[in-house]
Amino acid sequence: MEQLLEILCRMHPDVDFEANDDLIGEGVLDSLDIVTLITEINTTFDVSIPAEEVIPENFNSAEAIFAMIQRLDEE
Amino acid sequence: MAFTSAWFLLFAALTLLVYYLVPKRVQWWVLLAASYGFYAYAGAHYLLFILFTTLVSYVIARIMQRRADAEDAFVESHRDTLEKSERKAYRAKEKKKRFSILLLGLFLTLGVLAVLKYTGFVLSGINSMVSAFGYQTFSVPSLLLPLGISFYTFQSVGYLIDVYRKKAKAEKNLAKFALFVSFFPQLIQGPISRFSDLGAQLYAPHAFDGQGFGAGLIRVVWGYFKKVVVADTAMIAVRTLVTENVTYNGVYVFLLILLYSAQIYGDFTGGIDITIGLSEMMGIRLAENFNCPFASRSTKEYWRRWHITMGSWFTDYIFYPLSVTPSMQKLSKWSRAKLGESVGKRIPVYTATIVTWFLTGLWHGAGMNFIVWGLLNCLVILVSQELQPLYNRFHKRFPGVAENRAWIFWQCARTFLLMGLIRSLDCYRDVPLTFRLWGSMLTAGNWGELFSGGLLSFGLSAGHWILLLSAIALICLVSTLGKDQPLRYRLAKRPLLLCLCACVLVILILIFGAYGTGFDASDFIYGQF
Repeated sequence: MEQLLEILCRMHPDVDFEANDDLIGEGVLDSLDIVTLITEINTTFDVSIPAEEVIPENFNSAEAIFAMIQRLDEE
Repeated sequence: MAFTSAWFLLFAALTLLVYYLVPKRVQWWVLLAASYGFYAYAGAHYLLFILFTTLVSYVIARIMQRRADAEDAFVESHRDTLEKSERKAYRAKEKKKRFSILLLGLFLTLGVLAVLKYTGFVLSGINSMVSAFGYQTFSVPSLLLPLGISFYTFQSVGYLIDVYRKKAKAEKNLAKFALFVSFFPQLIQGPISRFSDLGAQLYAPHAFDGQGFGAGLIRVVWGYFKKVVVADTAMIAVRTLVTENVTYNGVYVFLLILLYSAQIYGDFTGGIDITIGLSEMMGIRLAENFNCPFASRSTKEYWRRWHITMGSWFTDYIFYPLSVTPSMQKLSKWSRAKLGESVGKRIPVYTATIVTWFLTGLWHGAGMNFIVWGLLNCLVILVSQELQPLYNRFHKRFPGVAENRAWIFWQCARTFLLMGLIRSLDCYRDVPLTFRLWGSMLTAGNWGELFSGGLLSFGLSAGHWILLLSAIALICLVSTLGKDQPLRYRLAKRPLLLCLCACVLVILILIFGAYGTGFDASDFIYGQF
């Protein structure tokens, strides 16, 4: 989780990612951010995120993103 | 059958009447018959194309669904005997097979669109190259585009991909699926619906709901007001400014940007209001396509508010899949290692953004102006993305500016003008000419003509200007009042007030609308796409 928070904070230093649970709804993460994030996740966690997983529910909070990474790693 | 024709009004009224008179379980049959009737009216031979796309999408989706069901059943029945890695490998193998089937479906559905829409464009391009080398050129066939082909093809493609991704279950009933593809209110200019949002609604029984009907009705009338009063009035000037561009350069290009913005806004949002309103009168809720786009503070925000369903279609089915492909991720890793962290991480984003906008431009039309339009939008988005750290530093240095009203106004005005400037490529349809005319705004030195009768020289009288500005002010007022909850839902709770508003709007349309004998009413702009 710490590694993920580091990646997110590098992208938007001014956002409190531990508290925000509507990152997509509030427009904090847009499509360009998401692609950057997917690339970072791929490099850091060695997890590939398929296009069908790119839905708001999976990217609305750091917790949701981390849960998705864990799930994809497990599957 | 144009939405603005008397025939369409009669057709829609009759469809609604029959829709609510028949038993509820057969309502969707009425919609299917009406949709195919509507389509046949445009040309019976066009039915072949929509039938082909429907059949192909139906069969391909059913095959993919059968394989997906078999895959799930196999995994479920072997849960205890298969290792995790074996299960993963089996699913990956099955997904690959489904992907091959999907590719066939995409090839066939998009193939029809590509042949009909782009053959002329490609052949013209080839001709201009071969003629430069003195070779004989090909004859360019003039293929007529079936009504709404871009919209129904994209809707079908979205459905196929959703079934492949297991986000939607393939529809078993061919007739029901045919209705999803051909639903007549959205056939001409969208919105591009998802099967998971629209399918069940189309087939469900709908009892008459007075409030929903009223809310839909007032939205339809409001759509006609935008189209006939705003768009078609602005069009009078736009036509003159475009066709006589030798005379009307400099300041008139700036006026064209403003007037075409008014025209396309009235035209497209008006058409969508008619579509969504008419569907709402049937108890069917379509996805919204606009959210006050001209109040956007940035280009990225503008594209989240303008033609929303097309934007989300390209994001979900082109941009993301392209960005996350293994080859793109590999490219990213390679470029990070070879070109450095900063460049490397941008590679997938930039590549996917450029391809997406190139295709967005191409979707709008087979012409260089559309491609340049798409790529310019892309350029603005990427440049503003790159400048973001600078903006952040500016706002850190001057806290409070971001929420200052003057600053917000500046951001909205800047976005509006920038988008309008790029959109003018759509008017002139000639890239070098458009660039020259943009330049003339700085070089022609005729801005003084604005105050010496120039405003009244291209077809708009003082009355037209007052009408146009008043109508735009009314649209702004309605948008502001409906910020939290659309005004029509509040009106629907007061039937008398709703009737009064509808009557006033109809009277305004009849008095001030640009229509009637001698007036060549335009088709909806997005109907051409």
